[in-house]
Amino acid sequence: MIPLTPDEEILEVLKTVDDPELTNVSVYDLGMVYSVSITGSRVSVTMVPTFAGCPALDFIERDVKNAIENLPWVVECDVEFSFEHQWTTDLITDEGKVQLRKLGISPPPENYRVGEEWTVDCPYCGSSYTSMDNVFGPTACRSILYCLDCRNPFEAMKPVIVEEEETA
Amino acid sequence: MSNEIIKTAEEARQNPAYKAALVELLYQFADDDLIISFRGSEWLGLAPHIEEDVAFSSITQNTMGHATMFFGLLEELGEGDSDTLAHERTAGARRSSTYLEKVNGPGSYIGEPDYDWALAVVRNFLYESLKRIKLEAATNSSYEPLRQIARKALLEQTYHLAHWRLWIEQLQDSTIEAKGKIRMRLEEASREFGDALSLGSKAEEIHRFNLLIDEETLKNRWLEKVNGVLKEKFDSIPKMVLGDGRRGEYNEDLEQAIGIFTEVYMSDTEAVW
Repeated sequence: MIPLTPDEEILEVLKTVDDPELTNVSVYDLGMVYSVSITGSRVSVTMVPTFAGCPALDFIERDVKNAIENLPWVVECDVEFSFEHQWTTDLITDEGKVQLRKLGISPPPENYRVGEEWTVDCPYCGSSYTSMDNVFGPTACRSILYCLDCRNPFEAMKPVIVEEEETA
Repeated sequence: MSNEIIKTAEEARQNPAYKAALVELLYQFADDDLIISFRGSEWLGLAPHIEEDVAFSSITQNTMGHATMFFGLLEELGEGDSDTLAHERTAGARRSSTYLEKVNGPGSYIGEPDYDWALAVVRNFLYESLKRIKLEAATNSSYEPLRQIARKALLEQTYHLAHWRLWIEQLQDSTIEAKGKIRMRLEEASREFGDALSLGSKAEEIHRFNLLIDEETLKNRWLEKVNGVLKEKFDSIPKMVLGDGRRGEYNEDLEQAIGIFTEVYMSDTEAVW
């Protein structure tokens, strides 16, 4: 087996740190990890927050720090949330989308345009015959929908994308 | 220095006049978001239906997150710790609009609240429309950290504004009673919303340092934006009969709010939450 480089090792750890409100969906797969830098035994991770009002951010910061500091060669890990780069739902990985569906949460719609109404397929039966119940859901990043085929309520990640051209 | 970009808090602190104008503007952003979130939180469990309760509380929580970002910028500029700024400043030190501070109605959410949904709809629609314009302007601010936060907040605020816009569009097309209540609250806002549109005592410097657009442009853009949605349009820029919160004026409603939202914090200021 080829040993992992320190960078790879850190990424593997980050893939095991779940969002506290989304079991089995890692902060890595949600696209929250912006960069990792390693200087000897010190690691610093720059992350991008999902929604500004998300109360889980402090827990995420703590969990990431603890998980990385558990690596035998790491003495200290700093975690910082930066507003310099923006989180958008385009950053969710394919693995993240798979894990979200398992929780009954559809990944955000593709090709969404800001301001337009949107729809997603049911994460349980795959039907596109769904209706929006509430754009706002149990957390800032989620919406509540209903499948008119399998008659299940479900959730979806709210699309958050950067507009191509900012309107003045 | 109109096209110069100030990249960090350290850089801003080197120019006292620039910093003073910036700090003033940031308090206005932070305090408005804080107080409207607090008034929103008082509606928890009382909204007209359960979906609205979920939506309103989600918007409120996220808007409080925006206030936290603005307080964070003030912290970087040496104004003090965010929590201290949010909880320990006196009513007269706050820069929020008096209209946003108004109680939701008679009574208390702990006892028998008699809150008015028409006020919630009108107030939030007018405020989110204004916030949109200010955030868009702030993406071109000379202060880079403010630009970043504005870009971040705009992505989320789209949903907040769309929500309140939908409410007001539907209610002004609804029953006679609903139309009457909305009309009454809009008339009230035409007397009271004025200080929300003000940039306070440093308005001139805020514009000169290219921190935001000038007050006239702000007012005109807001008027055009809300009148594009409203059936009963404002014929002029609202007055500020409740006082000018941007200049430290306030009413007992703000003292009531501070009393409630600092109660737990003041019970143990050393606690870590």
